[in-house]
Amino acid sequence: MLYLIEQCLNGIQLGMLLFLLAAGLTLIFGIMDLVNLAHGSLYMIGAYFAATFAAVTGSFVLGAILALLATLVVGMALEVIAIRRLYGRDHLDHVLGTFGLLLFFNELVRLIWGPGGLTLPLPSQMLTAVQVLPGVFYPLFRVVIILATLAVALLLYVLVMRTRVGMLIRAGASNREMVGALGVNIKLLYTLVFGLGAALAGFAGLMQAPILTVQIGMGENILILAFVVIIIGGIGSIRGAFVAAIIVGLIDTIGRAFLPDLVRHFVSYSAGSSLGPSLSSMMIYMLMAAVLVFRPEGLFPASSK
Amino acid sequence: MAQLTPRNVLVATLLVLLALLPVYCTVTGNYFLMSLFTRILILGMAAVSLNLIMGFGGMVSFGHAAYLGIGGYAVGILAKEGINSGFIQWPVAVLVSALFALGVGALSLRTRGVYFIMITLAFAQMVYYVAIGLDRYGGDDGLTIHKRSEFFNPLNLSNRTIFYYLCFALLMVTVYLVWRLVHSRFGMAIQGARSNDRRMRAIGFPTYRYKLTCFVIAGTICGLAGALLANHTSFINPSIMFWTRSGDLIVMAVLGGMGTVFGPVIGAIALLVLEEALPILIGGASQLLTGHEVQGAREYWQLILGPMLLLIVLFARGGIDGLLARPSRGVQSNG
Repeated sequence: MLYLIEQCLNGIQLGMLLFLLAAGLTLIFGIMDLVNLAHGSLYMIGAYFAATFAAVTGSFVLGAILALLATLVVGMALEVIAIRRLYGRDHLDHVLGTFGLLLFFNELVRLIWGPGGLTLPLPSQMLTAVQVLPGVFYPLFRVVIILATLAVALLLYVLVMRTRVGMLIRAGASNREMVGALGVNIKLLYTLVFGLGAALAGFAGLMQAPILTVQIGMGENILILAFVVIIIGGIGSIRGAFVAAIIVGLIDTIGRAFLPDLVRHFVSYSAGSSLGPSLSSMMIYMLMAAVLVFRPEGLFPASSK
Repeated sequence: MAQLTPRNVLVATLLVLLALLPVYCTVTGNYFLMSLFTRILILGMAAVSLNLIMGFGGMVSFGHAAYLGIGGYAVGILAKEGINSGFIQWPVAVLVSALFALGVGALSLRTRGVYFIMITLAFAQMVYYVAIGLDRYGGDDGLTIHKRSEFFNPLNLSNRTIFYYLCFALLMVTVYLVWRLVHSRFGMAIQGARSNDRRMRAIGFPTYRYKLTCFVIAGTICGLAGALLANHTSFINPSIMFWTRSGDLIVMAVLGGMGTVFGPVIGAIALLVLEEALPILIGGASQLLTGHEVQGAREYWQLILGPMLLLIVLFARGGIDGLLARPSRGVQSNG
């Protein structure tokens, strides 16, 4: 039972990270209608920046803040230099162009930081476990991830639904020409939205950095999961991304934790160890296929919000 | 049809060069070149099949590498179980790919646009994870194929030259088949559905069935390419199906030019030759600039390839083929 609670918390924590990535993707997708395969690169860059700045300044928090700002700047620069030219093209162009950017960023990171990975050590006060429920201890840093992401989600909600900028963003999503005709600087708005998405991805990267190693290509697997999340949740819907991210996070983690034991009842022990995790990965894609077949617009279509 | 346009000259020259390559390689003993071009022929075949659905059918499949994996694993698994006959291995590879394409196509063709891209991607990732879970067949590490598929006597695949010509012949058959298909009534219906699906349905074409058939044909051809690839490398592992590999296939098709049947072959040649040539070029450039070759500079060729892809997307939509065809606009694609 304890184990189950712990794994559920792990699942929620993974879901939170997925949400950070998916929120940026779905914003960019819903508003600019852009498929961005380079989103995982921004996640990677956020992690590399965090590891570097934390090492330079000697402070995890300071490093994280600097990394966040740096990723924001990189994202906005990327939009101005390259991404802007892809708006209005068809999706195949987006896929191909941003695939090129992904290759570019992987090599650039290798050029700057070298082929070996980096590690981002946690400050010592983060290494303890806290009692989240009576008798249930959970690593403090993972609790911090969950709470920080919840705060970001809340901020994002307030930003999009309750502020003037958010109003423009929503208006831009439904009719970009009209918003432009009303005198809004739509170009600047798009740059800001892309920067925001980049910063969210960078935030996900820097939060994940202490748990996994920071390495080249770290964004490629999780990017696809984030795409699955936005498809399940409904493209353009932040609320859908949130719910879907938690569902996907839970399925993945709990599947990994329990399926191997379950599968071992039917096949040999070692076969179970490799079949279990791959079954849980498959389950996510089967869920996505099922959602697409029965509710092609996703669980929470953006139009009905 | 047989006009002397720059494109036709290029295609004809390439075909002659491809046909004569083994002679050159045998004379000079340059087997690396032969191995590279065998790979090019096989991946070119995969790219031609992808282009059938992507370029002509407008179905952007981001999971085409899955068929390479399925075809390859069919050969690998049968070989591991002691069945080396190509007469069993290859039909199984083709059949399983066709069935998989039927399932994936039936589900994903209900969606369109970016949803289609994502669902094909998702199915390919699913197969990727299945392969990782195949503990008996190497899981993550993959599986070595000790013996190439066995056919009747003169067709000995272990002979590099014979294998090369087999791949060449199969590629030619594929190009011919796809060319015939595209110019048939069926092909016209597919292309009609690409430009306006609703109108095609309104005039009485069950476009879903047409597209599904097309999708299955493409998957089947790519499955055969997968069987060839497994024979070529004598090795198969899950990473052949990772989503970036599907991206590579799309790059080949677009790089060569999606509007024509032969374009993707040019794209495959261009991409794989660039992969080999860019490191050498970078090495040479660094030597020119600094006087000595910079250590490790050759590794960074993707730093150039990536932005190149972006530039092609932005400024050369028709790919290499499009650049060639530009002077003679009136000539329809007859590649």
